[in-house]
Amino acid sequence: MDFDLTDEQRLLKDSVDRLITERYDFESRNKYRAEPEGWSRALWEQYAELGLLGLPFPESYGGFGGGPVETMIVMEAFGRGLAVEPYFATVVLGGGLIHQAGSEEQKSALLPQIASGEALLAFAHVERQSRYDLANVTTRAHRADGGWRINGEKSIVLHGDVADQLIVSARTSGSPSDRAGIGLFLVDAKDVTRRGYPLQDGLRAAEVKLDDARAEPLSNPEGALSVAEQVVDAAIGALCAEAVGVMQSMHELTLDYLKTRRQFGRPIGDFQALQHRAVDMYVALEQARSMALFATMMAAEEDPAERRRAITAAKAQIGRSGRHIGQEAIQLHGGIGMTMEYKVGHAFKRMTMIDIMFGDAGAHTEELARLGGLFGT
Amino acid sequence: MDLNFTPEERAFREEARRFFRTEVPEKIRRKVEEGHHLSKEDIVTSQRILNARGWAVPAWPREWGGQDWSPAQMYLYQDEMQQANVPSPLPFNVSMVGPVIAEFANEEQKRRFLPATANLDIWWCQGFSEPGAGSDLASLRTSARRVGDKYIVNGQKTWTTLAQHADWIFNLVRTDPSAKKQEGISFLLIDMKTHGIKVRPIQTIDGGHEVNEVFFDDVEVPAENLVGEENKGWDYAKFLLGHERTGIARVGISKARIKRIKELAALERIGGRPLIEDQHFREKLAAVEIELKALEMTQLRVVADERKRERGKPNPASSILKLKGSVIQQLTTELLMEVVGPHAMPYQPSEEGRNEPIIGPEYATEAAPTYFNYRKVSIYGGSNEIQRNIVAKAILGL
Ligand SMILES: Cc1cc2nc3c(=O)[nH]c(=O)nc-3n(C[C@H](O)[C@H](O)[C@H](O)COP(=O)(O)OP(=O)(O)OC[C@H]3O[C@@H](n4cnc5c(N)ncnc54)[C@H](O)[C@@H]3O)c2cc1C
Repeated sequence: MDFDLTDEQRLLKDSVDRLITERYDFESRNKYRAEPEGWSRALWEQYAELGLLGLPFPESYGGFGGGPVETMIVMEAFGRGLAVEPYFATVVLGGGLIHQAGSEEQKSALLPQIASGEALLAFAHVERQSRYDLANVTTRAHRADGGWRINGEKSIVLHGDVADQLIVSARTSGSPSDRAGIGLFLVDAKDVTRRGYPLQDGLRAAEVKLDDARAEPLSNPEGALSVAEQVVDAAIGALCAEAVGVMQSMHELTLDYLKTRRQFGRPIGDFQALQHRAVDMYVALEQARSMALFATMMAAEEDPAERRRAITAAKAQIGRSGRHIGQEAIQLHGGIGMTMEYKVGHAFKRMTMIDIMFGDAGAHTEELARLGGLFGT
Repeated sequence: MDLNFTPEERAFREEARRFFRTEVPEKIRRKVEEGHHLSKEDIVTSQRILNARGWAVPAWPREWGGQDWSPAQMYLYQDEMQQANVPSPLPFNVSMVGPVIAEFANEEQKRRFLPATANLDIWWCQGFSEPGAGSDLASLRTSARRVGDKYIVNGQKTWTTLAQHADWIFNLVRTDPSAKKQEGISFLLIDMKTHGIKVRPIQTIDGGHEVNEVFFDDVEVPAENLVGEENKGWDYAKFLLGHERTGIARVGISKARIKRIKELAALERIGGRPLIEDQHFREKLAAVEIELKALEMTQLRVVADERKRERGKPNPASSILKLKGSVIQQLTTELLMEVVGPHAMPYQPSEEGRNEPIIGPEYATEAAPTYFNYRKVSIYGGSNEIQRNIVAKAILGL
């Protein structure tokens, strides 16, 4: 086991860290959010030039052959800057699904376009009743004139407002919540009705209506759930890394504030009560970082049960640490923490949304309990 | 010791329940229940209905509209009001400036301000905090210089809640820059329409406009607007902060939210069953209910003790109410987030006359904003750290 980055990984880390430091201060972020799509196309091009958009894809598809560690490095940096570009939706989820579930033809057509920044993707899986259950799908796909058509509604499709292609989970047989009979389909955004809107953390999403929308299956239209789960588990690992970046940012902001804010004639960081709170935040951060590494390590684990236990444990830890650090960061900032005019509140909101995505800490703890826990099994 | 309510007290509870639930418009109470922002008009309407019955300012002295209620009645009044989702009468008027005026102002000021304050004909805001003076309030720097029969006020207040609606502001100002921190402060009433006052909105993380900065640039204030004596403002501020602290536990508000959590958890389904049937969720909720019941009993003890104490002397036990009450309120907002799950994600500020359909279930729209907004309750009114300092010193003698 070796926790040190390779030379190449270190180079990658230096370049994304520099990018975030130089281009993603709080004021710049506000500017990107104010752009028409709610994020920066110019930065997107820069990500493409740096090779970030093709990072996890094989070189034969215009990528750089990176693995979970490379994705972790990028996501953590994005977390620190609270980046609002559709990287997670397009590269991690969309690209991941194409890469793992697509045919040779689909991969050759789409992955190079993602890598070059031409194509944006989104994964449409949430439905009104589905909560965090990927298998809870009522949207239906059926065969028609040699192809497939989809009917149904998808909700809170992350970056679904700008995606060129949607990957839609739809049922080809069985009843809602059956594990069998779920397919993944590629749908052109032009063939759906969608309504975009902001999320609580400033990212964007869409409600998507599919009305006999033309669709092209990725992998087996009858049994794509397990590959979807595999990609989602890896994506949760990436989300954990992003969360660590967000938490670290909140912790740093808080430490700075404790050192500079003066009350009662001294920096508030002189009060031991607050020092201990900052220490507890730090402990929570390190616990989260460790579990994000664990998730990264297990993201490509082949035994799905083993992988799921690890991912579920990591997401639960991230959710809990994130909530603790976020709430404390606001509290120790006092009134300033409550305003939109200061970064820490935005980080708190991003963290809160990450906790919800793919299941909050409570849901994952429950799932892990159901799976028998981590030890002694 | 008799821990039961008397038949009279039980009758009073019934009376209060009926009044709050029939006289205060359903529309306003629904907004409170669902966590929507109230308009100025909502708050004014509701307070005037209460005031018409003499129930806006029950804790004031009798001659200014108070009720001389027993501690038990006071508690029942608050509990029923909060559980009925009736907006609390504006605290700046009712629990802050009103009692100070009633206690320390002259007759002329009392006549001028108290009836209008009770009826919310005057909307007050609280000008205490400054950028450099939060927890350390006594280090405030906004100055008031006496020139003839006027004070000239310069400086800045911040976090001023609902200053955008306010007609008047009660300000702590420094009148003697050479005196010790606490000793050079005065309590000054200022008409918000006076020349030289500027209000700048601050947007909070829930997206709402609740707080403001208020700037004073050579603002001329008639000397007759001083309350009590010059340089005694700190005593009045302490009286204000110690007054009516028993309401701060906001037990009834948490009860109302728990009721809502249960209703919504019956609508959300998880694994094919209503969430409310999920054992794990029920245990989490029950744990909060236990804490809340304990807090309610603690509140009753503090209330009962109030009678025996010197008037205006804050009871340090009320810090326990603030500490626990704020944390429980925050926990209920977290549970509500858990209930609505992914539906908490879309940002949909409530707007009158919105014409786009709501995304997801309507009941979910305020879950996240409420969770974000309620982080404030452990910060304002003396942060939870400051409350702990008070308990450590004043109760534990540490
Ligand atoms: C939504 C909202 C509404 C408000 N409305 C009003 C209003 O209408 N009028 C008004 O005058 N004010 C209002 N306030 C201001 C509020 O009273 C202050 O925010 C509060 O007093 C804390 O001050 P601060 O924000 O400057 O934080 P600071 O005092 O700078 O505190 C920062 C952190 O340090 C901690 N800390 C400070 N001193 C100590 C100590 N000695 N020991 C341990 N920890 C310490 C605090 O607890 C906090 O965690 C409002 C605030 C908010 C958030």
